[in-house]
Amino acid sequence: MSTDLPVLSPKDFASDQEIRWCPRCGDYSILAQMKKVLPTLGIPKEKFVFVSGIGCSSRFPYYMDTYGFHSIHGRAPAIATGIKLAQPGQQVWVITGDGDALSIGGNHLMHAIRRNVDLKIILFNNQIYGLTKGQYSPTSPTGKRTKSTPMGSVDHPLNPLSVALGSEATFVARSVDVDIRHLTSVLERAAHHKGTAFVEVYQDCNVFNSGAFSFATDKKVKQDNIVYLEHGKPLIFANGSKGIRVNEGSRPEIVDLDGSVQEDDLLFHDEKVAEPSLAFMLARMRYPEFPEPMGVFRAIEKPTYDEEVNQQVEDAIAEKGEGDLEKLFNRGDTWEVK
Amino acid sequence: MSSTVDVPEAEKQGEGKKKETVETVVVRFCGDSGDGMQLVGTQMTNVSAVYGNDVSTLPDFPAEIRAPAGTLAGVSGYQLCFSNHDIFTPGDAVDTLVSMNPAALKTNVADLKRGGTLIVNEDAFDKSNIAKATYESNPLDDEDMLQPYRVHKVPMTRLTRDAVEGLGLTVREADRCKNFFALGLIYWLYERDATPTEEWVKAKFANKPEIQEANLRALRAGYNFGFSTESFTVHYHVEPAQLPPGKYRKLTGNEATALGLITAAKLADRGLFYAGYPITPASDILHELSAHKNFNVKTFQAEDEIAAMSAAVGAAYAGQLAVTASSGPGICLKGEAMGLGMITELPMIIVNVQRGGPSTGLPTKTEQADLLLSMFGRNGESPLPIVAAQSPGDCFHAVQDAMNIAVNFMVPVVFLTDGYIANGAEPWRIPTQEELKPIEVKHQTEPNGDGEYLPYKRDEKLARPWAVPGTPGLEHRVGGIEKADVTGHVSYDPENHEYMVKLRARKVAGIENFIPDQKVDGPDSGDVLVISWGGTYGAVRTAARELQSAGKSVSHAHLRFLNPFPKNLGDIISRFKHVLVPELNMGQLRMLLRDRYLVDAKGLNKIKGKPFLISEVVEAIEKML
Ligand SMILES: Cc1ncc(C[n+]2csc(CCOP(=O)(O)OP(=O)(O)O)c2C)c(N)n1
Ligand code: SF4
Ligand SMILES: [Mg+2]
Repeated sequence: MSTDLPVLSPKDFASDQEIRWCPRCGDYSILAQMKKVLPTLGIPKEKFVFVSGIGCSSRFPYYMDTYGFHSIHGRAPAIATGIKLAQPGQQVWVITGDGDALSIGGNHLMHAIRRNVDLKIILFNNQIYGLTKGQYSPTSPTGKRTKSTPMGSVDHPLNPLSVALGSEATFVARSVDVDIRHLTSVLERAAHHKGTAFVEVYQDCNVFNSGAFSFATDKKVKQDNIVYLEHGKPLIFANGSKGIRVNEGSRPEIVDLDGSVQEDDLLFHDEKVAEPSLAFMLARMRYPEFPEPMGVFRAIEKPTYDEEVNQQVEDAIAEKGEGDLEKLFNRGDTWEVK
Repeated sequence: MSSTVDVPEAEKQGEGKKKETVETVVVRFCGDSGDGMQLVGTQMTNVSAVYGNDVSTLPDFPAEIRAPAGTLAGVSGYQLCFSNHDIFTPGDAVDTLVSMNPAALKTNVADLKRGGTLIVNEDAFDKSNIAKATYESNPLDDEDMLQPYRVHKVPMTRLTRDAVEGLGLTVREADRCKNFFALGLIYWLYERDATPTEEWVKAKFANKPEIQEANLRALRAGYNFGFSTESFTVHYHVEPAQLPPGKYRKLTGNEATALGLITAAKLADRGLFYAGYPITPASDILHELSAHKNFNVKTFQAEDEIAAMSAAVGAAYAGQLAVTASSGPGICLKGEAMGLGMITELPMIIVNVQRGGPSTGLPTKTEQADLLLSMFGRNGESPLPIVAAQSPGDCFHAVQDAMNIAVNFMVPVVFLTDGYIANGAEPWRIPTQEELKPIEVKHQTEPNGDGEYLPYKRDEKLARPWAVPGTPGLEHRVGGIEKADVTGHVSYDPENHEYMVKLRARKVAGIENFIPDQKVDGPDSGDVLVISWGGTYGAVRTAARELQSAGKSVSHAHLRFLNPFPKNLGDIISRFKHVLVPELNMGQLRMLLRDRYLVDAKGLNKIKGKPFLISEVVEAIEKML
């Protein structure tokens, strides 16, 4: 079938709508990488659906020439679940923000993930409420001064990846808006995953939270502050001069690769291990104490919810035969009035 | 209720016992929630329906699943009315009350008619139960209190234990069978054929032969007790009813709603998608639908009502017949996503099985206080069509009407039932294939505007096209932001907004041309017009008919379509001197009628978690004559 597909290009996925993000917003880059990835998947354009909530990030579907639903704040995972259950043949993407996904929509996010609905959820984390003009969000660091926290926030932030892992996610990954190649490869991996793929993208809101992720984007320092995950490979960063080892207390530690430590002693990444402890430990490595891991933390296989819901329908038909109204009406005790 | 004495020769059972033929009987079983009253009530309903009586039921259970045994809070009741003619309600007053313990007696005896039959399990009237029922002394010794009734004190616990002896049951297991003893006694009293119940017991306990046998023995023992003991001197005969010919079965309102939805989807040749979050009294719709997946029914138990509503919106976008059901508190949570369904103009049904409010209110009791919530419970100008069912069996037909409106007008429809008709049961005439009205659903497959797809271009009914993801060339975006007319693009243009708000309102108002004209029961002009809606149908219709038979100038209009109203309603109203609107709320329909027709409608309003008695409605109408 794929041989008959018209060859698509990024341009084919661009809608005719004027893009209204602020100049230099990180969202542009994510949109551009998405448009690059989709044509490589061998899926016809009408088979994609983009669903979003509310926020700057959630305008995304308007800029894609696919089926799309710009819904209400926080509810995109639930709406997407309805779409996917109804049309299991569609590839359904959810575009959400840190407020949308983790504040108002936390419940739906958790349940979509634990059910393993075949959705690709991309969380644009800018650690701020962009659309409502700059209040702190559930991922803003403690002490953050914003319009609603002039004396600094006293909230403790949560870690999106920990939330996903705690919800038994089958696919968890992280990337950065401007790390174009890496982001493309992560989106591609997410697209190919069967089940809920959860991707956190560090996204710069250059109006209300500029530079929140400069530690991970600034060319001068980023090699010291992030570590790329590769399945089966040791965790090495800082241009090969440093690695991550698990110490006797089962905690990660940074070691210098100056000869005293062998590569074999380092932590080797395994995204396929059924038990999520490793992924969880990696998710807990935060700047500035540690370099922050980028890439796929976890990618395991589990039956998907949509598959199983639809299978039950098929099983019921196989067992009882296709629904017959006559039989349905006449179930149980009936009687005749002449 | 009239009764005539039959000639003794017609008696086949109970040598020497008198048999009376009566037209209509109201029986109520009541006991502790652990006593199995709902079960025996349902069985009695089944055998009466199968025998051919018209039946109407009123189950009444406590909000607590396991209230302390023997307490007033733990009393569970099941009332049924069966008759040799059409009946519309479970009856005002009880002819025979079966009371399994003191608490049940205390909370129910006031509803028993003077001269009615009271059957009590005297074994349950021990000191502790008497105290838990807050009686100061044994009420069975209170001759003044019992004087108006024909009282039968039956040692049911002991007799049941005797009957099941030798089966090796524990005392607890044996005592559990006493509800079947009580049922057997009632079967004798009302000459019921126990076969359907016996078959039910055999099937239900097929894997537990000793329990099966014990229940069958208890049932027979109860029957024989009535037959042979001297205390019962009369029993009663009720002829089958003359219902319209056809094949019948018994249905509760929730079952009928589920069946109606499955039927609608089948007739439309589309998949049915149901999302819900459990809540009393709506959960049975989810239970029923999930048992019929072979009809291409997908059920989704969501994490909350917001998710259920949102998933329904998603499934509707994806081309399925989408439904969600809940009750008051859950409907409040759905509000925002209902608005999204409204502005994206997607068809779906929101079922509200109303219960007593506000907040958690009276979860297991009935009320009609969500009409204004259905009308106005969303932000912005967000009119939605509203359809309300009038009786348990009517839910089947009314929900199909709702679906028809939804798909023809591309709009979410609110479907209202209530706890009373959702849990109540009545005989339901099984429709023939020819009687089922087809439902036509069209999905757009081609561009509709110069090679492009215009998602907000409308047909003559003002409905927009429905293009489903997966259709090549029709890729489009929908959402909650205001749409530009025709193209559906995001638009903040003030003129467009006002135009679109009015257009959506016009579309919903236009449904009046699609629905049938309002019918009036009785003359189409006169002194009093009674206007009702929803589950009060039975009481109001019976009351109006009673007064009509007495020669009074009373007519009755029962509304199924509450938004928009039928086109001719204003006309009807103008031909009567007075309008009475009985409702189980503070006057919500009355407010809408007064606003729309400038009519000085009066209300009869009851907010007790209970349906109207016929007598209450009769009295209110009489005052206006
Ligand atoms: C029910 C509801 N409450 C509040 C809002 C206001 N609101 C819109 S977006 C938003 C926060 C957006 O933050 P985030 O999800 O991080 O998205 P971003 O704009 O940063 O991309 C809020 C509070 C709303 N639209 N709906
Ligand atoms: S406010 Fe921030 S997140 Fe929103 S568009 Fe502007 S830069 Fe982007
Ligand atoms: Mg944000």
